[in-house]
Amino acid sequence: MIHHHSTDEAVAMQDVPETSQPDPGSGGGSNPLSQVVQRAMADRGGEHGPADTALVVRDLSCWYSAFKALHSINMDIPDNRVTALIGPSGCGKSTFLRWINRMNDLIPGARVEGKLELHGLDLLSRELDVVDLRRRVGMVFQKPNPFPKSIYDNVAFGPRLHRKMRKSETDDLVERSLRKGALWDEVKDRLNQSALGLSGGQQQRLCIARAIAVSPEVLLMDEPCSALDPQATLRIEELIRDLREQYTIVIVTHNMQQAARVSDQTAFFYEGKLIEAGKTLDIFTNPQNKQTEEYVTGRFG
Amino acid sequence: MSVVEQSITSRMRRRKLINSAFVALCVATASVSVLILIVLLTSIVTTGLKHLDLAFLTSFPSRNPEEAGLKAAIWGSIGICAVCAVVSLPLGVGTAVFLEEFKPKSRWERAIHRFVDLNIRNLAGVPSIVYGIIALTAFVQMFGVFGNLNEPAWTFGATYYDEYSLSDGEVGYLRADSRDAPAAELAAGSVVEMLTYEGASIEVGVVGDFDAFFDAEEAGTVPPVVVAGEDSYRGERRAWYYLQLPFGRGVLAGGLTLMLVILPVVIISASEALRAVPNSLREGALAAGATRWQMVWKMTLPCAVPGIMTGSILAMSRAIGEAAPILVIAGGLVFVAFTPGHLMDEFTAMPLQIYNWASRPQEEFHNVAASGIIVLLAVLFVFNAVAVIIRQLFQKPLQ
Repeated sequence: MIHHHSTDEAVAMQDVPETSQPDPGSGGGSNPLSQVVQRAMADRGGEHGPADTALVVRDLSCWYSAFKALHSINMDIPDNRVTALIGPSGCGKSTFLRWINRMNDLIPGARVEGKLELHGLDLLSRELDVVDLRRRVGMVFQKPNPFPKSIYDNVAFGPRLHRKMRKSETDDLVERSLRKGALWDEVKDRLNQSALGLSGGQQQRLCIARAIAVSPEVLLMDEPCSALDPQATLRIEELIRDLREQYTIVIVTHNMQQAARVSDQTAFFYEGKLIEAGKTLDIFTNPQNKQTEEYVTGRFG
Repeated sequence: MSVVEQSITSRMRRRKLINSAFVALCVATASVSVLILIVLLTSIVTTGLKHLDLAFLTSFPSRNPEEAGLKAAIWGSIGICAVCAVVSLPLGVGTAVFLEEFKPKSRWERAIHRFVDLNIRNLAGVPSIVYGIIALTAFVQMFGVFGNLNEPAWTFGATYYDEYSLSDGEVGYLRADSRDAPAAELAAGSVVEMLTYEGASIEVGVVGDFDAFFDAEEAGTVPPVVVAGEDSYRGERRAWYYLQLPFGRGVLAGGLTLMLVILPVVIISASEALRAVPNSLREGALAAGATRWQMVWKMTLPCAVPGIMTGSILAMSRAIGEAAPILVIAGGLVFVAFTPGHLMDEFTAMPLQIYNWASRPQEEFHNVAASGIIVLLAVLFVFNAVAVIIRQLFQKPLQ
């Protein structure tokens, strides 16, 4: 069963957690995650108004050869918000993410049906220019994958693929991207050193800066912090919160605390199905589905 | 001491004994190959060193073992290895890129892909003389499609001339239009422009017969002269860019033959180098919006270059030591006392020259062969050293 909270509904239920707080174990309203969500929302200055829809997903199913990995996913992903995809391993959340920039094209036997649109652009069309799509939809991977080049060349790699740039223009872009990636101050004196010399957290922020450098509309993050220590994770989360003003972010995470901390909307996947999607606050405080509740309260998964 | 402890102690002694025996055995087997190598090297060096000097490297082969040198073979080897490197590198790397970076998705294409891959791996084990025989028909004779070796169907960069002996003992050359053009009719008394061999033209008179020649000499008119009606010899000069079809037993055919021998090795080593590039870098490049081509050109190939270079240099060191296929295509032509002047020029190579010297009956030539082997080994050593240096200096971690 799939629940869709409309934006209005979610806004209306905004103060539900406070009222249900003294009732432990009933609806998950008092679980520590709900407090995390509320604190995170307070940090951001409260609930944001309704947003335009960036990605429309309708009846999206996908197969790896004979194995059906996604079952008829329906979902709207809002513009300039952070959408977290949660669920146990193998539930299809990464598969879903990798259709948005068509990285699944690389996998032999991968097949997809249904509708996936980015601002009206059909992402599953055969005629789609995937190179242009990937310029509009950047991606950050689970394991930091800086190129074995200098820090400067890492950031300049994407833009240089797409057009010729003058040196001064590239310099500006590299600085701007590294500032957005919250890495500039740490690396500004060693831009020409190898990116492989950075720490894991710095490498991941470099990868984010690299993705930003081509000015995408959407940023996909596939468990961006799972290879990092808590300190580095915190910095990336801060960065994600800063970036949501300018980018539509879809983040896959195993860490529910993280989903609660950074996301506006959360979708719970289980066994290739989208079980429940809605405002993060609702998912963690008042899930409509039993499975969702059990997962977010840590009773399974 | 209990019975159990006693049995453990006695077994312990046995176990330790077997252990030391095994170590000794390993050392012995390892020493055998090292010893053989040392014996070979010392025998080669002691017999070859006394003949090895600068003159050996700079003189042509000779019937006199004291004067015989390796110059023609060195230049021949350089020529065929250069051709081989220039052709096999792009072909090998290109094939490896196709095999590793453009893996098709559909089932049938994947089957073909696997078939190609498997065959290339098998080709690496084919004896090199087989490649020599293939090259003889494919490159040297070109299946006879372009006529036989003595009358190539197509040539480029050759000039033809008729050779006359002049009255002063020199030789004059008169340009001919083509190989088959008739020799110019030299009428008595005509003055024609002829060329010396070096290309400077001199005017030469033509006289009808010897009486006329002596008359002209008495009168003090222009010797040297050509006697009219004298037979000329049709010759040809080939420029450095001379080409012909079929290729014949030339440097180009030799290089292509070596290319056949080492191409599978180059492809396999380049494939390994590309496979060592982590997939996360490919995904990163593609996710940044790179096309396949940009991914290969800006990411995977630069990362794989040290590995590709190392593998290719080792393949080249195999090529420079190959004797069998070269023997087949050079057709036993081993007394070559010139350096190749163009791609179609006949040549000899170091292993071939060494083989030739070693197969002569005279003892002195065997010493000369040993000197040749020292030079060849030195070249191989340099190749391997360069490969190691490249690996040490340029192989950077990729993640």
